[in-house]
Amino acid sequence: MDILSLFVVVPVLTILALVFTKGLKQARLVSMVGSMVQLGMAINLVFAYFKERAINDSIMVFMKDVVWFEQFNIHYALGVDGISVALLLLTSIVVLAGVFISWKMPDLPKEFFISLLILATGVYGFFISIDLFTMFVFYEIAVIPMYLLIGIWGSGPKEYSAMKLTLMLMGASAVLLVGVLGIYFNSNADGGALTFNILEISQVNIPIEAQKLFFPLTFVGFAVLGALFPFHTWSPDGHASAPTAVSMLHAGVLMKLGGYGVFRIAMFLLPEGAVHWSWFFIILAAIGVVYGAFGAIRQTDLKYINAYASVSHLGLVLFALLTLNKIAWNGAIIQSLSHGLLTAMFFALIGMIYGRTKTRDINKLGGLMKILPFIGAIYVITGLAYLGLPGFSGFVAEMNIFVGAFENPDTFHRVLTILAVSSIVVTAVYILRLVGKIMMGPLANEEFKDLPKATWFEKTGILLLLIPIVAMGVAPLWLSDMIMASLEPFIKGVL
Amino acid sequence: MDFSSFLLMRQEIILLAIILLLLIAEIFIPKNKKSSIVHLAIFFFGIHTAVGFFAINECSIFGGSFQTNNLIHFFKNVLNIGVFILLLQSADWIQEKIVAQDKGTEFFILLFSSLLGMYFMISSGDFLMFYIGLELSTLPVAALAAYETSKRISSESGIKLILSAGLASGISLFGISLLYATSGSIFFHDIIGTISASNLTILGFILFFSGLSFKISLVPFHFWTADVYEGAPISVASYLSVISKGAAVFILMILLFTIFKPLMHVWENMVYVIAIATMFIGNLFAIRQQNMKRFLAFSSIAQAGFILLGLISGTQLGTATVVYFVMIYIFSNLAAFGVVQAISSKTGKEKMTDYEGLYRTNPKLSLVMLLALFSLAGIPPVAGFFGKFFLFTAAASEGYYLLVFLAVVNVTISLYYYLLVVRAMFLRKGENPIPFFKNKLYMRLGLIITVIGIVVLGLYSPLYEYIYELSSIYN
Repeated sequence: MDILSLFVVVPVLTILALVFTKGLKQARLVSMVGSMVQLGMAINLVFAYFKERAINDSIMVFMKDVVWFEQFNIHYALGVDGISVALLLLTSIVVLAGVFISWKMPDLPKEFFISLLILATGVYGFFISIDLFTMFVFYEIAVIPMYLLIGIWGSGPKEYSAMKLTLMLMGASAVLLVGVLGIYFNSNADGGALTFNILEISQVNIPIEAQKLFFPLTFVGFAVLGALFPFHTWSPDGHASAPTAVSMLHAGVLMKLGGYGVFRIAMFLLPEGAVHWSWFFIILAAIGVVYGAFGAIRQTDLKYINAYASVSHLGLVLFALLTLNKIAWNGAIIQSLSHGLLTAMFFALIGMIYGRTKTRDINKLGGLMKILPFIGAIYVITGLAYLGLPGFSGFVAEMNIFVGAFENPDTFHRVLTILAVSSIVVTAVYILRLVGKIMMGPLANEEFKDLPKATWFEKTGILLLLIPIVAMGVAPLWLSDMIMASLEPFIKGVL
Repeated sequence: MDFSSFLLMRQEIILLAIILLLLIAEIFIPKNKKSSIVHLAIFFFGIHTAVGFFAINECSIFGGSFQTNNLIHFFKNVLNIGVFILLLQSADWIQEKIVAQDKGTEFFILLFSSLLGMYFMISSGDFLMFYIGLELSTLPVAALAAYETSKRISSESGIKLILSAGLASGISLFGISLLYATSGSIFFHDIIGTISASNLTILGFILFFSGLSFKISLVPFHFWTADVYEGAPISVASYLSVISKGAAVFILMILLFTIFKPLMHVWENMVYVIAIATMFIGNLFAIRQQNMKRFLAFSSIAQAGFILLGLISGTQLGTATVVYFVMIYIFSNLAAFGVVQAISSKTGKEKMTDYEGLYRTNPKLSLVMLLALFSLAGIPPVAGFFGKFFLFTAAASEGYYLLVFLAVVNVTISLYYYLLVVRAMFLRKGENPIPFFKNKLYMRLGLIITVIGIVVLGLYSPLYEYIYELSSIYN
C-alpha cells in the first residue's frame, strides 16, 4: 500500500470498524484510534515529503496511477506537493480534535462518527487526487454527509440550514461538473488524448475561448465552498446549526477545499481564463472580506459571529489567490491553514461554552474568565491570533497577503487591497469587543457560578489545535519553504 | 432455415416454456398449496436468468424480422435480472394478497408475457414485429395494474393505462404506416437505405416517436404516469417504471441510431427540447408529492429526461452510457420501490410523512432507501453518480454544454426532493413511526441484490468497458 492511498484506506477501515461497534464508548474509542493513526500518517508524510523533495523535483511526489475507466481515460491518480501535504496535516489534526470534542455525543453516536469520518475520507481523498474525476468524486463525498450531520445532530433551525447548505454546495458542484467536462473535452487541444489528469492538462494550451467560458464555472463551483460573496449565505446558517465538531471540520477543513480547488484546478489549468476574469472575481472577494467583517460586528450569536468572520477570512484567501502574486499566494495558503486551526478552535470553544451555559447569545454571557479560566484563556489567545497578532499564525498569513497584494502597481488593485486591509481593523473591533463582553466584566448570570471546568478530552482537543497555531506563528519558515517550493509550477504556469 | 436457428431465440423459447409450465402447474397443484406457485415461478425464472448468461451468436432469422446480437442479448439479461429482483420483492405480497384470491398463477403468466413482448420488441427487425412486441408488452400490464380488484383506484389505474397505451400505440402505428408509405418496406434494413428527410417521413417519424414517448413517459406524454403508478400494485408500478421504461428506451435508441440516423438533424432538436421539458417538469412536480408512489413516478419521469442526454449524442459513447445508466437505474429504482413495497405490504402506509422516524425503528430499510435515493440523485460513490456523469459526458462530447448545464441544475432540484425523504427517515423522529418489522427471506434477498448492484456497478469499471465494447455495433 502506498503512502497516499492509506489516507483513504484508513478512514474507510475505521468506518467499517465503527459499523460493528455498540454504544458511545466503543464508537468514540474506535474513532479516536482511527483518527490518531491518521494524524500519525500525516506527520509521517510531512517528514517523508521533505526527504523525497530533496531527491525528487517533480511537481508532485509519491505519485501513483491506476487506470479506472479506460475508455474515458479516468485514473485513480494520486500525488502530493507541499500545499496538499500541509492541508492533509491540518485535516488530520482537526479530525482528531473533532473526535475529542464530540466525546460525549448523546444521540446516535455510531452514526455520528461514521458520518464524520466519511466527510474526512472525502477531504483526504480530495487533497491527494490529481485526477479531476477522482477529485470530483471525493469532493461530493465530503459534502453530502453534512446534510445528516447538521440535520440530525444540529440545533436551531437545523432542517432548514442543512437543506440550504447541501443544496447550495451540491448546486455549486453541479456547476463545477460542467467546468470539469469543459476542461476534459479541451484537454486534447494539442493533439493528445483526452485526459482528466491535472498535470497532463496543465501542459496543454487550452484554447483561450474555452478558458474564458469554463473558468467562471470552475471557479464559482469551488468558490461557493470557500464562501465567495454572494454565495456565502449557506455558511452562517450552516455553521450556526451544526454540532460543534461538524462546525470545526466544516469551517476548518471542508471550506479549504474551495480555495484549494480554485487554485489547483481553476487557476492552474485555465491560466488565461484566470487572468481574464480575475478583476471581476477579485471585486466579489474583496466585498466578501469587508462584508463578512461588518456582518460579524452586527451578530449577537457566537456561532454567527464566527461564521461571518470565516466569510471574511476565507474571502481573503480568494482575494489573495486572485491578485496573481506569488507572495500573496503564499499568504493565501498559510491563511488557509491558520484559519483552519483558529476557526476550529473557536468553534470548539463556543461548543464548550454553549454546552455549559446553554446559550450563545453574547448579551447573556459575561465574566466567564473567572469561572472557566482554561477555556477563557484559550479564547483570548485564539481571538488575538485571529485578529493577526504577531507571534501567531494569523499574522504571518495576512502580512504575506497584503504585502503581495500591494505589489500590484495599478490603482484598481491598490484600492481593493486597502479596502481589504481595512477588514483587519473591523476584525479587531469585533474580536476585542467579544472577548471583553463574554470573558471579562461582571458575571452575567448567577447560575453560571457552578459551571463545570474543562474536562481532559476537551483540553486534549484544544491543545491539539493550539500547538500548531503557535508553531506556525513562531517558526513559519519551514512551512513557507514547503509552500514556496510548491508554488513554482503555479508561478510558471499562471503568472 | 434450419431448426437450429430456433436456438438463437433461446430466451424467448425458455420464457414461453415457463409460461406454459406455470399454466400446467396451476392445474395440478391442489387448492390448499397454491402458494407454492410463487416458489415455482421464482425458481424457474431464476434458472432462466442464469441460462441467459451463456453467450449467443449474432443473427437475424425469419427473413430478418427477428434479430439479435450481443448488446441486445446483454440488455435482455439486464431486464431478466430486474424482473428477478422484482419477483423476489413482490413474492410476499403475492403470497399474502393475490394467492388468497386464487389469482397467483395468472399474475406470473401476465408478467412473463409482457416480458416476452419486450424481448420481441427489442429484438425486432421490422416494424410488424416491433408493433406486436409493443402490444404484447403493454396489454398484460394493464391487466396487472388493475389486479387489486378490491381497490377502486387499482381498476382506475388499469383503465387509464390501457386507454393511454392504446392511444399511444395507435399513433405509433399511424406513424409506421406513413414510414411504410414513403419507404415501401417495413424491414429495418430496407428502410435504412431509402429513408430521406421528406415531410411525410418526418411526420411518420414524429408520430412513431410520440408513441414510444408514451411508454418512456417523456413530457408531454407523461400524464398517465403518476395516476397509474399510484393506483397500480407497487410491484406493477415498479415494473412499469424500470423494466418497461428500460426496454422502450433501448429500442428507441437502437432505432434512432440506425434507421433514423439520416434524420438526426430532425430528432436532435426534438430530443433537445423534450429532454429539457421532461427534466424540469418531472423534477418540479416531484417536489410537491406526498405519496411515495407518485413521488417515484415523477422522479422516474425526470430520470427519463436525463437518459435523453445520452441519446442526443448519437455516438457509440451515447449507446454505452444509455445502456449503462438504464442498468444502474433499474437497480436503484428497484431498491426504492422495494422499500416502499416492504413497508406498504406490512403496514399499508405509503405517504412520505409515514416514513418519519424510520431510521430509528428500521435502520436497515432506511439505509437501503438512502442508498437508492443517493443513487437516483447521482451522489458518489454509489452507481447513480457514474451513470449520470457518463451521460453528461456523452452530451458534452458533442458540445451540448448548455443542455448539460440545465441537466445539472435539475440534478440539484432533484437532490432537494430526494433529501425530503431522507429528512423524513433520518432527521425527524415522527409521532408514531412505523414499528420494527422483519422482512421475509425473498424480500431481503431482493433488497440485498439491489444494494450490491448500487454499490458495485459504479465502482467496478470493467462492466462499463464491456458495455462500451458491445455498443460499437450500432455506430
